[in-house]
Amino acid sequence: MTALQAEVLVAGSGGTGEALILDAPISFWGGVDPKAGRIADVRHPQHGRCIAGKVLFLPGTIGSSSASAVLLELAHNGHAPAALVLHQPDAILLLGLIVAREMGWETPIAVRLDRDRFAPFRDAQIEVAADGRVSAIP
Amino acid sequence: MALELTDAERATAAGGDGRAMAMRIVVATAELLGAPRLIPIASAHIDGALYHGDSGTLFAERLVAGGAKVAVRATLNVGALDLTGCSKNRLPGREAGMARRMMDAYRGLGCEPSWTCTPYQAGHRPLRGSDVAWGESNAVVFCNSVLGARTNRYGDFLDIACAIAGVAPDYGLHRPENRIATFVFDVGALPADFLASEIAWPVLGSLYGREAGDDVGVVAGITAHPGEDALKAFGAAAASSGAVGLFHVAGVTPEAPDLDTALGFGKPTRTIKVTREMAADAQRRLSTAELPAAIDAVAIGSPHLSPREFAELERLIGGRRLAVPFYACTGRHVLAELERRGGRAALEASGVTIVADTCVVVTPIMPENITGVLMTNSGKFAHYAPGNTGYSVLYGSLSDCVESAVAGKPSLTEMAL
Repeated sequence: MTALQAEVLVAGSGGTGEALILDAPISFWGGVDPKAGRIADVRHPQHGRCIAGKVLFLPGTIGSSSASAVLLELAHNGHAPAALVLHQPDAILLLGLIVAREMGWETPIAVRLDRDRFAPFRDAQIEVAADGRVSAIP
Repeated sequence: MALELTDAERATAAGGDGRAMAMRIVVATAELLGAPRLIPIASAHIDGALYHGDSGTLFAERLVAGGAKVAVRATLNVGALDLTGCSKNRLPGREAGMARRMMDAYRGLGCEPSWTCTPYQAGHRPLRGSDVAWGESNAVVFCNSVLGARTNRYGDFLDIACAIAGVAPDYGLHRPENRIATFVFDVGALPADFLASEIAWPVLGSLYGREAGDDVGVVAGITAHPGEDALKAFGAAAASSGAVGLFHVAGVTPEAPDLDTALGFGKPTRTIKVTREMAADAQRRLSTAELPAAIDAVAIGSPHLSPREFAELERLIGGRRLAVPFYACTGRHVLAELERRGGRAALEASGVTIVADTCVVVTPIMPENITGVLMTNSGKFAHYAPGNTGYSVLYGSLSDCVESAVAGKPSLTEMAL
């Protein structure tokens, strides 16, 4: 079983879901449909996949000042990822989680993990624990 | 470096009201950014009142319910609705209702109902060197570059949180060492008549943004101040094609009395020598429609038109009747003046739809037409219209936009080559 300790960026109760490892950076604003969590950017290699309920591994994000609004909307309508694993902290994106927590809405945990370490988690069921431990469930 | 808070900041964050919520949002963001402290801000420009979904409305209403008020002057960027009634909107009833609630909530927080993306032309001009928290990419870049005030690119939620808390994370462009240009964008080899043309600044801005990414650069080779509307068009285009928050123009903008000062008396990491071919290519890339036989609409005013730009529009139309819909977006601060001198009536008689408080790429005002061709002189509209409206874009000067609107088919006379 693969397990790694990641740094907690935004605390949450931890989450479990199928891994979705993005193959390219994404802009949440314009790149993810805020209603259902589908990847809407036609130029993205995983266009059409849905991030809702997944443990989402982000190799990079393309900064948009409205990325936080998309993530907050997903947290509000129940289509947020189960957990986020980011190569680099993106304060504007994660602001969506900070606000969701303030609103008292269910907030997925966000952790930081080097993208070189994403590969072993591909296609697995993943648990991200509240302490930031990322593990594949056999 | 760990974030250090004052006792007063800590006490505010520990409260149970709307101001406490705002402070906690600022503090959590400062921690993610690695900021060492919070700094007081002098003003804010709030981009968060544009409806993207119910969650944003509920957030603003939660702050209102918690008794929060802005601690500093805060102007509002565009909303999703034209509250002046100049233009009609196709937003469905429920969404329009939530958008209206959102606009009301932000007013309830004490923000000024300016509803414009050009607050800097509506009397909100922070002092050079002051720290502010501004949102809306073109306003951010103008504030930093042309006014010399200091702001990062604040987005939804953080802009209003900073305005209520009265503080912002000490980070990025608030720090003088991050405001020094690291590259030179030299336009000195371009023909003087092109540099003097209206299209030069938006075209060069879109090229600059692609080259810059989020680096700070300095434009060299400009011999005379091009005017604020030109710098406005440059910044808006640059902040659409790149993550530009600050540019300098040597001899023109306040932190660049000369090239050496803009570069902090250091060596640039690179110098981009802009050629005529690069400018012509940048102009071509602003269009997505290939030589259409006809155009379906014209939209101008991103950023919002100034009184001077309206005067030029009236002069170019000269009372003629336009053959296609023509949208001119502006703020209510300009509308009042336009009405006083009869400009609004004259333009509407020619077929111009004036759009106030909002703009045609952020809310559905133009007829739905996925095969339509939209002509514009705005580098920012050119960038966002295809994705946000479905229209393809033909880019041209204001004069070409007007002649094309009169004829109903493209007339392109002003080109970079």
